[in-house]
Amino acid sequence: MTDKNKDLIDQKLQDLNNDGVDRRGFLKCMAWAGTGLVWTMSGGIPVSRAFAKGHSKDAAKSGDFTFVQISDSHIGFSKPANPDVTATLQTAINKINAMPHTPDFIIHTGDLSQLSKPSEFDTLDQVLKGASAKQVFFVPGEHDMLSDNGEQFLQRYGKGTKGTGWSSFDHKGVHFVGLVNVANLKAGGMGSLGNEQLEWLENDLKGRSASTPIVLFAHIPLWTIYPDWGWGTDDSEQALSYVKRFGSVTVLNGHIHQIMQKVEGKVSFHTAMSTAFPQPAPGTAPSAGPMKVPADQLRRMLGITDVNYLVSGRSLAVVDSPLADSASSASGSDSGSGGR
Amino acid sequence: MKRNSVWVASFTASIAIAIIMLVAGSPSVTANDQPSAANAAVNIDNFVFGPQTITVPVGATVTWTNKDDIPHTSVSTDGLFKSKVLDTDEKFSYTFTKAGTYAYYCTIHPKMTGKVVVQ
Repeated sequence: MTDKNKDLIDQKLQDLNNDGVDRRGFLKCMAWAGTGLVWTMSGGIPVSRAFAKGHSKDAAKSGDFTFVQISDSHIGFSKPANPDVTATLQTAINKINAMPHTPDFIIHTGDLSQLSKPSEFDTLDQVLKGASAKQVFFVPGEHDMLSDNGEQFLQRYGKGTKGTGWSSFDHKGVHFVGLVNVANLKAGGMGSLGNEQLEWLENDLKGRSASTPIVLFAHIPLWTIYPDWGWGTDDSEQALSYVKRFGSVTVLNGHIHQIMQKVEGKVSFHTAMSTAFPQPAPGTAPSAGPMKVPADQLRRMLGITDVNYLVSGRSLAVVDSPLADSASSASGSDSGSGGR
Repeated sequence: MKRNSVWVASFTASIAIAIIMLVAGSPSVTANDQPSAANAAVNIDNFVFGPQTITVPVGATVTWTNKDDIPHTSVSTDGLFKSKVLDTDEKFSYTFTKAGTYAYYCTIHPKMTGKVVVQ
């Protein structure tokens, strides 16, 4: 990003802070592209645009940019309700490619594969090659670190990363941090970052201006959603304590194959849908295993309902579009009680 | 319902064993607990090891079978045994040659824990 843009962003955030507004939707969560979440960074000015309405061209404005989050493609999974997870990933990529403005990059929040097999990673690579956005950032899910402690994942997707695959980068004034919370998990526990990574994170954030927008992404949610199913990260509070001083923090996770959102102070948490199969809402099934849904419902289950939420009294819109191109696609309301 | 009652039974048994061990200081005193047949099975179903605590005699082989659509592992917390990743219907067996209590878990889903009591 240019210094000019940075100044602009800083200035806007500053203005907002003077207004007593902590955060004014600096991160605009614009739309779900199939199962991909499209974000537009819009220099502090919230502009709500729905995916597939052709307005994303506006994202080309100076300082604005878009990126897409996809998650949990589980390439190699072939059981009900989705015998062809490659096809649904392809559909998600097609949706991304159909966006009027090419996103700057894609973030994949883990579980690329089902069993960490080389052939599964190969298939994923093949599909992602067809994406309009050429740069993809990855963090591993637990399915990507089976058997080999994640060595293969690191070789393929973790070049230049630290430890088990954590890293950070800056893009147009926004600081992105990819964290790994699926390595060295302890019996009885949930996700874990570990001391080494926490130390690294603390140092990584140290000295950055509090007006720098921060995006943290990791596979397992960095907030506790449902401990009984391990849907949380044991030491996430430590990590979040390091971002408290920042004016805008967005946390993007996968793992639970459904949308969950929470806003806590200046921190917004989101989990993404899977491109492969839905999982039940917390506690609504005997376990977190894949939901078995009728074939004609699957692609609707991989999409979700419109979600609107408030940040400091201002609305930040999430607009979704399911994989199935169906006019009546808005409802995902049957997703909680599906066919198990 | 069946799952629940089995779980309650095994849980009660494990508490009983724990109390007896505390009192007697010896795993050989096992008033109510019947060691299983020489070979025993643990099914992994709905992200649960069943039964969660299994009691076997020294020399018994325990076989884990993954009945879920999601891969799991069975790995002892002290490193004694470690299955490969078990996909659906895959099995892992380990023969216990020494008395003791062996805690294990699924390294992929660490909330899943179990215990093998060998006596």
